[in-house]
Amino acid sequence: MDILTLLLIVPVLTVIAIIISRTQNQIRMSAAVGMGVQLIQTINLIFAYLAERRNGNIDDMLFVKSWMWFKSFNIQFSIGVDGISVALIALTGIVIFTGVLTSWKVDNLSKEFFISLIVLTTGVFGFFISLDLFTMFLFFELAVIPMYLLIGVWGSGPKEYAAMKLTLMLMGASALLLLGILGLYVNSSAAPGGLMTFNIIELSKLNIPIEVQRIFFPMLFIGFGVLGALFPFHTWSPDGHSSAPTAVSMLHAGVLMKMGGYGCLRVAMFLMPDAANEMGWIFIVLTSISVVYGAFGAIVQKDLKYINAYSSVSHCGLVLFAILMSDKISTNGAVLQMISHGLMTALFFALIGMIYERTHTRDIRFMGGLMKVIPFLAVGYMIAGLASLGLPGLSGFVAEMNIFVGAFQHADTFHRIATVVVCSSIVITAVYILRVVATLLLGPVKNNDFNLIKDAIWFERATVVILIIAIAGIGMAPMWLSDFISNSLNPIINKLSMIK
Amino acid sequence: MDFGQFLYMRHEIILSALALIVLIMEISSDNKSKANIIPVLVALFFINTVAGFLPVETGSLFGGMYKTTALIILMKNILNAGVLIVFIQSAGWLKSNFTGNDNIGGYFFIVISSLIGMDFMISAGNFLMFYIGLELATIPLAALVASEKLKERSAEAGVKLILSAALSSGILLYGLSLLYGTNGSLYFDNIASSFQNNSLQVLAFIFIFTGIAFKISIVPFHLWTADVYEGAPVNITSFLSVISKASAVFILIILLFTVFRGIEGIWNSVLYFTSVLTMTIGNLFAIRQKNIKRFLAFSSIAQAGFIPLGIIGGSALGFSSVVYFVLIYLFSNLGAFGVVAAITNATGKENIDEYNGLYSTNKGLSLVMMLSLFSLAGIPPVAGFFGKFFLFTSAAKQGYYLLVFIALINATVSLYYYLLVVKAMFINKNEVPIENIKNDGYTKLGLIICTIGIIAIGFAGIIFDYINSLTFGIK
Repeated sequence: MDILTLLLIVPVLTVIAIIISRTQNQIRMSAAVGMGVQLIQTINLIFAYLAERRNGNIDDMLFVKSWMWFKSFNIQFSIGVDGISVALIALTGIVIFTGVLTSWKVDNLSKEFFISLIVLTTGVFGFFISLDLFTMFLFFELAVIPMYLLIGVWGSGPKEYAAMKLTLMLMGASALLLLGILGLYVNSSAAPGGLMTFNIIELSKLNIPIEVQRIFFPMLFIGFGVLGALFPFHTWSPDGHSSAPTAVSMLHAGVLMKMGGYGCLRVAMFLMPDAANEMGWIFIVLTSISVVYGAFGAIVQKDLKYINAYSSVSHCGLVLFAILMSDKISTNGAVLQMISHGLMTALFFALIGMIYERTHTRDIRFMGGLMKVIPFLAVGYMIAGLASLGLPGLSGFVAEMNIFVGAFQHADTFHRIATVVVCSSIVITAVYILRVVATLLLGPVKNNDFNLIKDAIWFERATVVILIIAIAGIGMAPMWLSDFISNSLNPIINKLSMIK
Repeated sequence: MDFGQFLYMRHEIILSALALIVLIMEISSDNKSKANIIPVLVALFFINTVAGFLPVETGSLFGGMYKTTALIILMKNILNAGVLIVFIQSAGWLKSNFTGNDNIGGYFFIVISSLIGMDFMISAGNFLMFYIGLELATIPLAALVASEKLKERSAEAGVKLILSAALSSGILLYGLSLLYGTNGSLYFDNIASSFQNNSLQVLAFIFIFTGIAFKISIVPFHLWTADVYEGAPVNITSFLSVISKASAVFILIILLFTVFRGIEGIWNSVLYFTSVLTMTIGNLFAIRQKNIKRFLAFSSIAQAGFIPLGIIGGSALGFSSVVYFVLIYLFSNLGAFGVVAAITNATGKENIDEYNGLYSTNKGLSLVMMLSLFSLAGIPPVAGFFGKFFLFTSAAKQGYYLLVFIALINATVSLYYYLLVVKAMFINKNEVPIENIKNDGYTKLGLIICTIGIIAIGFAGIIFDYINSLTFGIK
């Protein structure tokens, strides 16, 4: 059994184990063990990947496997990874494992909860290893639909509204996406009447006419962009994230939104480079708005989850912005930002969930002085906040530095102005993060009931520690991750810069 | 004609024999032993369905009146499988509703006759044969729709069905007469080869299309659907919405690809507009429905709107996609109707509101319902996703991007109302949810078959490739 197929088989086995489990304890143990194995697999994948590279394998994609699925349409089940996908798979492994740990106390229909959660993760893993647009699209939808039940059944607040809004917006986006994919497919035969293909590697070798690219590039970019919270299609994200249960917020903001960025890079930009260069400016404007608007939005929010959701809009906008710069350094920064934001936001949502369980409110106006009563969680929150505002030594700094340096390499006025505008978000981010940290953690304890609450227990501590280690690890030693990614960026960047 | 040639009609012959067996059993059994007809018939029909897959020679009979090809046999097998599921699902209903002097045999006899009509219709090589088959397929259904004698709704639905069926037949016949007038022949092959594309023939096509569109309930010929589906007993509704519709789709696509090949441009535009209308109107009306049967009626209208995406452009790949889509639709819709039938027959509840909190008491039924609805909505990993994806791909291959786009928007809208039912079952709270229903073996078996179909057909790429190998050479 090869290493990538196992990434899909382990979640399926975990689901089966959960189905046959009887007690609450068996259910969560099988979920935790299954996802623990999955985490070990993803780390193993990193080492296997590095070993393969050290042996001098310079293919763009490694561990490639293909099986013919629907012969009549030339649809293959085709998988393979490069540095970017390996990094994102590792991120997914960490987030889902910690997500299962934070859901330890879910006792309402816990069997169904863990099954939906793991089905969703299967979709994410499948998406990142797919090399065929058909399977990629299949896994994309598979990752979106369990979200409806996860938010609708186990969520809080206006959950039914949020679940429906999120599902319909993402499915509407997938309609655009499918049309873009079909456009690529229909124009993929080398000669008229030739065999058409969904395979990304084969598609990347073709020269698709610019007229075709002009029609389908926006569809693909917006289709994936909605998942990456592209302005003005980001509105599902604050509602969805704030209503979702903790683990789902973690997964959604931490991993699913990265599928949007990854899709934009791997499919929209890579396969349609001409249109990307030609029409990129429209999306640069939109993403700049995302970044600044998201940050301003976070300033005025009172609910902790809303603050973090708007901050995600801002940070994910930065990912798309960096990708559109089509510069090697900034794209490298984009991938780093995806990883960094994934870990950071997972930590944020995990902590918010834990704090909410204790205080029963997420409104920052009623909270204060938590540092005195729950120091462990409060310090965790502080670290996450500092990473988010880009403190050197933590992951956020490396990513943003790369993005801004890369983006500023463009000599023309338009790109320069956009970069400067986007840079201003650093300041705004500092404003809202410091404000939350100050009111939430410092100062006197506002509510006497808070004096009775207890600090984190073992599974909560484990979650926080794992995530902080990962964030600090990237911050201290970004070189190896950066090298790891940047080699894999070469084919994409070469294709984009060849056109200019 | 020797005996070997006679076997070309194997499907119809076996079915006729079954119909006779039913009659004999009906006469020879007393009131107490009548319930025994059900297991015997289900078993016999199962054998019939399996026997349908045995290899058989193909060819034409009666001077071209009757034709059979591997593809037509596959279509008949699909219908057989659907009817088998309908029989299994209706066992519980028959036992509870047809006690005493009522004849259970009558139900089986009528359904089998209707199926014989459909088989002859699909196999027709001549419009006379086609028309006889069509009538045989439709008229007995009115009796079934009205079979709940004590309910006014049921009788009303029966009358509505027979009136609209008669009207559509009239229109269809008028089209046939025009076609005969301009060609001097009713044989498919003769008409196809001598098609001159004059306006009278185009008019004939429009009339014939209208007649068949009534059966598939394509907008604007859909108005009877919701009332009849609501009034009929659920198990009959599922037969109407799946088997009857599938057979009409099959004959429509055969006629378009053979007889009316000469006016492809015209039927492409007709299909384009009816498809957009059917999807949109079906969806918009489905959103507002409160009754689950009416809801499924409009959902099935909307589903019919997707079918032209495969037909349009007239490619062999599109043909295969339609057959594949119908196969998946059959399992998904029968799954949904199976759950509705189980609930309605046990409790009499038909409103979507009454499904609130269903998951807390009936886990199995809710899960099957969710899978079926997801399959209808086209959500992976269930089969509906693959069916829709291939329809969209075939239409995109022919260059109909705008139509695909409209269809995709409609698919998203349809997801909204399917999710409303899922929401009712899983999310909404209810003080008094439907109590736990003890299903008998038949209902369980029927639902299990549907679930396996919904999950397995999509992943099995070999099924689609097999269908596609049969359609090879159609264009």
